[in-house]
Amino acid sequence: MTDSSPPSSRTLPRLEPETAFFWTSGADGVLRVQRCGSCGHWQHPPFPRCSTCGSEDVAPQPVSGRARVKSYTVNYERWKPGLDVPFLFGVVELVEQAELYVFTNLLMPVDAVVIGKPVAVQFERHEDVWLPMFAPAEDAQ
Amino acid sequence: MTDFPEKKACITGAGQSEVGRPSQRTALQLTADACLEAIADAGLEVSDIDGIATYPGKSPLGGGIGPVSPSEVQAVLGIRQPRWILSSGEGFSHMAPIFNAINAIACGMARHVIVFRSVAQATARMTSRESTLMTSGQSTRVDGNNAWTVPFNALSPINTLALYAQAYFDKYGATEEQLGAIAVNNRANAAHNPNAVYRKPLSMEDYLAARVISSPLRLFDCDSHIDGSTAIVVSNIDAAKDLRNPPLRFESIGMSIGGLWVGRYEGDFTRLDADVAGDMLWSRTDLKPKDVDCAQIYDGFSIHVWLWLEALGMVPRGEACRFVEGGSRIAIDGELPLNTGGGQLSAGRFHGYGHIHEATVQLWGRGGGRQVRDAKTCLVSNGGYGYGAMLLRRD
Repeated sequence: MTDSSPPSSRTLPRLEPETAFFWTSGADGVLRVQRCGSCGHWQHPPFPRCSTCGSEDVAPQPVSGRARVKSYTVNYERWKPGLDVPFLFGVVELVEQAELYVFTNLLMPVDAVVIGKPVAVQFERHEDVWLPMFAPAEDAQ
Repeated sequence: MTDFPEKKACITGAGQSEVGRPSQRTALQLTADACLEAIADAGLEVSDIDGIATYPGKSPLGGGIGPVSPSEVQAVLGIRQPRWILSSGEGFSHMAPIFNAINAIACGMARHVIVFRSVAQATARMTSRESTLMTSGQSTRVDGNNAWTVPFNALSPINTLALYAQAYFDKYGATEEQLGAIAVNNRANAAHNPNAVYRKPLSMEDYLAARVISSPLRLFDCDSHIDGSTAIVVSNIDAAKDLRNPPLRFESIGMSIGGLWVGRYEGDFTRLDADVAGDMLWSRTDLKPKDVDCAQIYDGFSIHVWLWLEALGMVPRGEACRFVEGGSRIAIDGELPLNTGGGQLSAGRFHGYGHIHEATVQLWGRGGGRQVRDAKTCLVSNGGYGYGAMLLRRD
């Protein structure tokens, strides 16, 4: 566990036909994002058609797991009992494509985060869900 | 430009119930209060009303976000034969029922439509704080938009909007004091609004001393849950001629939606997907941003105001932070009086309908100590997930 809050404190995503692959991808330590087999466009969240070319030839593909912090916030408010604060909520831009965003928790001291910081994925398992979290990585491109 | 449907409709009456934290009256009572006041204000009888519309309609979720349905209003007001009823929570969001009412009127489906927005979030919070979070207090798994943020403990919309604020601060070098100017301005105006929930003066020192909720957003950057209802009567322009108030014309309207509600983001988190709404609005009128006498700009969180001002072309991109700095330009006697009734930050979370009501207050000259001198036009924008804007004008 990379987070101090107990697993049951998180409200988990429902595994739906189009999203289950994303939430279970970390089972083998690899992050996967939907990609269009026709035009090569990555898209997230996943949808049954490519938002760029309209093809239905969309499928999960492994990504490097490397990203940069696009924006972040330090949450101080304890919205519910048991919530550990402060924590970092953020959005990262995967290196595979501009504006390919994933929301996440940033695993670093709250005063260590800056926009543009290189990060890499690691997973936090809760039941049948592997939440993709991002921690500092100096080698991101 | 006479073919646009909004030219065939106007606002003829407005009403607002008491606003409570919480109110002792039920959501349906408050709704009836607001609707009956709006109908009487227009100089109409209940029997004149032939259309009912609301945002978002009765919500199956808890939390008091959608406590009243149009059918309940039909029954409680005694509207015998409405020809047109609508509830709408998707798309361009809060203004959807107004835009749809305009269309219903323009195509002859209705002559006088009562449009209402009721909230019972203060009462809901009395029993469960979590009921007004993104999860609506549900302990089950989340799906849709919530699936992408709630598992990471982004339990309030503030966490997402804080990402916009931080990105904006970084890109344009904006400061806390510049953002605080919104809350301070709104509170100063609320002092003159008897129905505002917060009327005590707020200084910049008070703003900066308040706790950070989700950086860089502080307590006073957030609006407040309330119980209350607001209603307007939207009428056919020809049916408005002999009524009590001078008609408030829809000079133009604009709307847009983006990916926010399905978890898809475009851009760099320094703009809303509201630009299309702004472009549409200005493409349907000969008026220009300089012709706006006052503005009621959506402030679910303070940062919304900057993003909306830029989306509407009222200030150049990246300049909203400097435009509001110090507060003089946005004060009642400034070049763009802003959120003259206190906005949602000080008057409560009516999901944009407080802004619409305040536009009618200003254009009908009912503002008292907060009245903008000679206000003839008012720009209104609503929404943080779907986007609606309208320019109202009194002849």
